[in-house]
Amino acid sequence: MGIVEAILLTVITAATPLVLAAIGELVTERSGVLNLGVEGMMIMGAALAFAATQVTGSPYIGILAGIVCGALFSLLFGFLTLTLVANQVATGLALTILGLGISGQIGEPYVGMSGIKLQPIVIPVLADIPFIGPLLFRQDLIFYISIALIIGVHWFLFHSRAGLKLRAIGDSHGSAHALGIHVIRTRYLAVMFGGACAGLAGAQLSLVYTPQWVENMSAGRGWIALALVVFASWRPGRVLAGGYLFGAVSISQLHAQALGIGIPSQFLSALPYAATIVVLILISHNRRVTLINTPASLGKPFVPDR
Amino acid sequence: MRIELEKRAGASTLYSILSPFIALGLTVIAGGIMFAMLGKDPVSALYSFFVEPLLDIWSLHEIAIKAAPLILIGVGLAVCYRSNNWNIGAEGQFIAGAIMGSILPVTFYDWHSPLLLPLMMIMGMIGGALYAAVPAFLKAHMNTNEILTSLMLVYIAQLFLDWLVRGPWRSPDGLNFPITRDFVPEAVLPELISSGRANLGFAFAIIAAVLLWLMMRYTLKGFEITVLGQSERAGRFAGFSSRRMIWFSMLLSGALAGLAGIAEVSGAINKLQPIISPGYGFTAIIVAFLGRLNPLGVIVAGLLLALTYVGGEAVQLTLSVSDKVTRVFQGLLLFFVLSCDTLILYKIRIVFAGRTAEDGAN
Repeated sequence: MGIVEAILLTVITAATPLVLAAIGELVTERSGVLNLGVEGMMIMGAALAFAATQVTGSPYIGILAGIVCGALFSLLFGFLTLTLVANQVATGLALTILGLGISGQIGEPYVGMSGIKLQPIVIPVLADIPFIGPLLFRQDLIFYISIALIIGVHWFLFHSRAGLKLRAIGDSHGSAHALGIHVIRTRYLAVMFGGACAGLAGAQLSLVYTPQWVENMSAGRGWIALALVVFASWRPGRVLAGGYLFGAVSISQLHAQALGIGIPSQFLSALPYAATIVVLILISHNRRVTLINTPASLGKPFVPDR
Repeated sequence: MRIELEKRAGASTLYSILSPFIALGLTVIAGGIMFAMLGKDPVSALYSFFVEPLLDIWSLHEIAIKAAPLILIGVGLAVCYRSNNWNIGAEGQFIAGAIMGSILPVTFYDWHSPLLLPLMMIMGMIGGALYAAVPAFLKAHMNTNEILTSLMLVYIAQLFLDWLVRGPWRSPDGLNFPITRDFVPEAVLPELISSGRANLGFAFAIIAAVLLWLMMRYTLKGFEITVLGQSERAGRFAGFSSRRMIWFSMLLSGALAGLAGIAEVSGAINKLQPIISPGYGFTAIIVAFLGRLNPLGVIVAGLLLALTYVGGEAVQLTLSVSDKVTRVFQGLLLFFVLSCDTLILYKIRIVFAGRTAEDGAN
């Protein structure tokens, strides 16, 4: 395997959790709900996936545990913001704080344990294509799911009736409600989808990226995923592109550290966060463009009138 | 079965007072369940978490030490959130203030002067405000989401501090530990009362809270904050500038977080080290909400959250449960506070059968 392939492989591994968490949040935000708890749901998924894998010995059960845990945890957010119309920003923060606390407690017995890495699934024939084969067709299940989700979400949002309804709710929940669309029910499902994706992203961290449990191992990736949704102007294809761009930035600093170039490691580690800020500025400095792309009801509470 | 909300005619005074207490009660119950699940006796665990720290002088000082930064940051955030600006990077501004305020005692480490301490405090406030100026500028002039930018800056501040204390600022006689030189006595914030440990930081916190309460209640600025926060459009008609408000609220909360940072470093740690905060900047968000975004409420909330830190350390020692329970308690508390706040504006009704508004729309 050449050096270029090796580096691209690490980029893919670093990008996958960002892509997953962002595509989930994209659907949530398209329905008009801003869930800032991605970091919390992600770290919960990571902890549960690791624990379930250790207990059962199967990383596939771990993946399932991560997904289910993320979805259930997001229900807490859904109940508060959708049923009790609590402030979405504050509730999302609460979800993150709670997730970091609970995951720390769940993961405590597993600190320092070596994990079970999710093995790649080799797709026959395709995997033998030079260069592309090892990159795209000798990957683990979670990578394949991430690509399928991008395509699936794109199809759902722009080519299905249910997706049209979801976007309608996100742009004007009042009108959608008047048309007889179930605003609250759809939003619950969208929030849970976002939670499941964040949980899966967490599972990727503790089963593929670094197969072990470290407290706070999500290290702000949930927040970067949130920025990624803005960067992608709420379009699935751009989430993929942006995710790989961010993945490349965050992995390039590791490679730079390994090469031992003369920049302090802390400055290199700060690169993904600084890049996020720069990208946010570039994407949002034009107020008109932002207004056109943002779901118009994003973050606004909805109480059905009677 | 479903839950329906019915809007009240106005905000309920009863529930706006009661809701934090209901939330606290629910947190205690949920905490008891958590302890039971960990295999501990819930009653004695809750007792050593919430009550025992209040019974000895050492813990009370400890609570005051931890409440000081929480209240200082919390009042700033309360005003900021009132104006509908979401600074969630107070942790970063705390660190920036600590670094900026430490420039004098670290670089001129043999300067002894009564001027030193006030200069440090002022520089700490400037450091925090400057760091908050970044998301403020980006929001006011580049239309960039302040939640994400202020949060990203937290990670950058943490890494910068880490580099400082391992690199240029590392103490030459610190045995290679990543710490700066100890501050000279003139750079250490004095104790509040002699023979205690709580320092002047606590006094700063109370003064800041009272001043901001007066500002919110009796000045035009306070009115401007409330109006712009509730309706930017209405504020514009009144001639208030939301852009200026972004600057004001972010710089204010940043300066207070910076003051909290340098006060913590000067009063409690006496040097810089890689980690100077157990997440005060984030916990202060809970403090602000639990205090109902009211500066006086923030004092009470800050003391309570400080108790969760001290209580968490206590149960860690006595029951050998992990100190993560503190984080869980804090998260639960914020959840319950936010859900109980619904009671202020809405009546909650549980409907068991029959058609409801959502069904009726079909």
